[in-house]
Amino acid sequence: MNKIYKYNFISKFKIANILSFFLVLVSLALILFKGLNFGIDFKGGTLIELRVDSENIKISDVRSSFSNMNLGDLNVKEFGKKGDYLVKFEKKKFDNENNIKTIKENVKNKLSSDVNFRRIENVGPKVSAELLSSGLLAISLALGAMLFYIWVRFEWQFSLGSIAAIFHDVLITVGIFSLLSLEVNLSIVAAVLTIVGYSMNDTVVIYDRIRENLSKFSKSKIEEIANTSINETLSRTIITSATTLLALISIFVLGGEILKGFSFAMIIGVVIGTYSSIFVASPILKYLNVSYKSIAKEKEEN
Amino acid sequence: MLNFSKIKIILIYLTFFLISAFCVLNFFQSEEYFFKKKINLGLDLQGGSYLLLEVDSSPLQKRHLQAKVIPLKKKLIENKINYKKFKINEKEINFEISQNDKKRFEEFFTSTKNNEINIFLNQYRSLELDFKFINNKVFINLSKNGIINLNTSAVDQSIEIVRRRIDETGTKEASILRRGSNRILVELPGVKDPERIKELLGKTAQLAFRMVTSDKSEFGNDIFILKDTGEEIVVSKRVIISGDNLIDAKPRFDNINQEPIVAFTLNRSGSQRFGQATTKNIGKRLAIILDNQAISAPVIQDSITGGQGTISGNFTFQSATDLALLLRSGALPAPLSIVEERTVGPDLGQDSIEAGVVSLFVGFILVILFMTFKYRLFGIIANVALISNLLMLLGFLTLLEATLTLPGIAGIILTVGMAVDANVLIFERIKEEIHKGSSNNIQAFDLGFKRSIVTILDANITTLIASIILFVFGSGPVKGFAVTLSIGLITTLFSAYFISRHLTSIVVFRNREKNLLA
Repeated sequence: MNKIYKYNFISKFKIANILSFFLVLVSLALILFKGLNFGIDFKGGTLIELRVDSENIKISDVRSSFSNMNLGDLNVKEFGKKGDYLVKFEKKKFDNENNIKTIKENVKNKLSSDVNFRRIENVGPKVSAELLSSGLLAISLALGAMLFYIWVRFEWQFSLGSIAAIFHDVLITVGIFSLLSLEVNLSIVAAVLTIVGYSMNDTVVIYDRIRENLSKFSKSKIEEIANTSINETLSRTIITSATTLLALISIFVLGGEILKGFSFAMIIGVVIGTYSSIFVASPILKYLNVSYKSIAKEKEEN
Repeated sequence: MLNFSKIKIILIYLTFFLISAFCVLNFFQSEEYFFKKKINLGLDLQGGSYLLLEVDSSPLQKRHLQAKVIPLKKKLIENKINYKKFKINEKEINFEISQNDKKRFEEFFTSTKNNEINIFLNQYRSLELDFKFINNKVFINLSKNGIINLNTSAVDQSIEIVRRRIDETGTKEASILRRGSNRILVELPGVKDPERIKELLGKTAQLAFRMVTSDKSEFGNDIFILKDTGEEIVVSKRVIISGDNLIDAKPRFDNINQEPIVAFTLNRSGSQRFGQATTKNIGKRLAIILDNQAISAPVIQDSITGGQGTISGNFTFQSATDLALLLRSGALPAPLSIVEERTVGPDLGQDSIEAGVVSLFVGFILVILFMTFKYRLFGIIANVALISNLLMLLGFLTLLEATLTLPGIAGIILTVGMAVDANVLIFERIKEEIHKGSSNNIQAFDLGFKRSIVTILDANITTLIASIILFVFGSGPVKGFAVTLSIGLITTLFSAYFISRHLTSIVVFRNREKNLLA
């Protein structure tokens, strides 16, 4: 088991970078033109998760039980177990006459069955706008903080490289959400922030090694040093991704419907984050002409 | 790195033991301050309702401006300023003055001493009202800080009344908190159906008794449509008694027709005024106005001097009970609207707990098996570190009485997955040192730990930064994720740096020459 990897990553940098570039562009295009399927957290509206026991009630019955109530755009889907449905509609504000209570009563009457309203969420227009802007602010702040931390701990080239890797990971993850029209809600913001942290974590481990090797083999070219460093840390990269993925797959499969989106985003993020620390963060150092001098200068200044 | 003094060992395990011991408190019921600490379950796990209420202060602003009209006019006259076309609308007062008077107006209006109209708000160091001149016109409106001040006091009063109303419904452990300048956050754990509470909070319950007049002129009167009969009535603006005068209200059945009614008791000044008004106006009708709706207008049969009366108006027993409750708990200063609601039923909460615990358990077992398979003896060390990590994480959550949410459980599982990273970094580094030909195990392990610790710190701090930002900006359940993830990172550092290092040192010193980790 005492294996030292000796893969040649340099030869694959070019094709990997083209692929990454292409994926990022496609993701950007998807996000800009196809858009994201925002959940009620960011769009405002109402969500009702309900459970019916009767075998005879079909999805179309559930849908029609919500019709004629002026609820705006209505979306009904099966949710987890049989008999569980997730109903979403546009209506954001309720008044005394037309409110959730009357909706519940109407639905019960129309389905002529006992309905268990398991979850009700309603987000008003003002709050959803605030949640969206605070989510975006949180992600930008996290990126800024990462940039700053790496800039303090490493050199500016490393800082740029790691931020490029994070942008790569976040954009592609969000792009996949756009492609598959998966719902983007508050927990996806949490997932994105964790991906930022994880991707950074992964990149830092390789960067740490690159820096160490730069001073050890000051004559070598950066791509050779990067290649050695990636190989030296490869075992760790694989094992950590594996255990993290094991944990995440466990949440995805067993954690219930509510955590599905979150764990799916995290799984994509971890896979892409691992890829990007090797194939995005490292080649960038080469493009930015990092050499022993770059870190030596820093050392003198300190 | 591998030498541990006795004191250090004792300190490490004492810290570990003390923190993890808190886990135990979750299984006991104790009333004593220190021992009653527990991990709280979030609303998404125990079921309950989260309501974000917003105070709509526009009627307050209007009322506040209205109250300024008389003193303002008085002050204008006092300062010999001629004003014309005095108008007041929703958000501003405007009138015309001549060019020469502008300076005098500005002087008295912006004076910061003893200014009865435009009060100086000490906490913001600014005036309550703003003004501007456009040609000959003066426009007066509430300043930004004036509005904040108004909102703040409205929220303060509202919180009190919201609490009373919720208490009256018998809901336990409700938490009612201010959010920003004009919002109130209400959390109702365990409440299955928040509809009744929402209805109660949706009413301002401003009650007024006013005389019905035959005078049809609009000045000083309002026109209402009676709720019970649909009849149109003209009601004087003068309020005889209001909800403030009530000290008690109870639902009852009318003696004659067995209809539900609300019986109320007035305070002293209220009963005096009510007594005078009813004595003077026998045979006339008294309108009962609730939140700008006339609920009934009975004819005064007799003078009521005892300070006790009843309100009728086609109530059901439920609506009479609710009205009595609202009157008892007092009127809200301004209408509240629900801007965000999240309600989780108890069975979904239970399902989430089960799913969370099962996935935590399975994820944990998978990681442990993986590590044992991959690293054998050192895998077991990593697993011991992982278990102690988990115990400390739960201990910390208990100590801080943190709220555990479903995403919070996901944070714990993720911690399990990522925590082994520190051990992996160390072991891989040691392997390399052995491979490079360190003379013996002790040297290899020593170097391995030393070199990997910087990386471990760097790697974990970045994740910690992201989760702290999430904690600051996140709301509700997502915040719970940030809490478990952040604490998890800290316990991970502790368990890797101290516990697995110490355990490793024991193994290494016992097997100096063996090819460990091979």
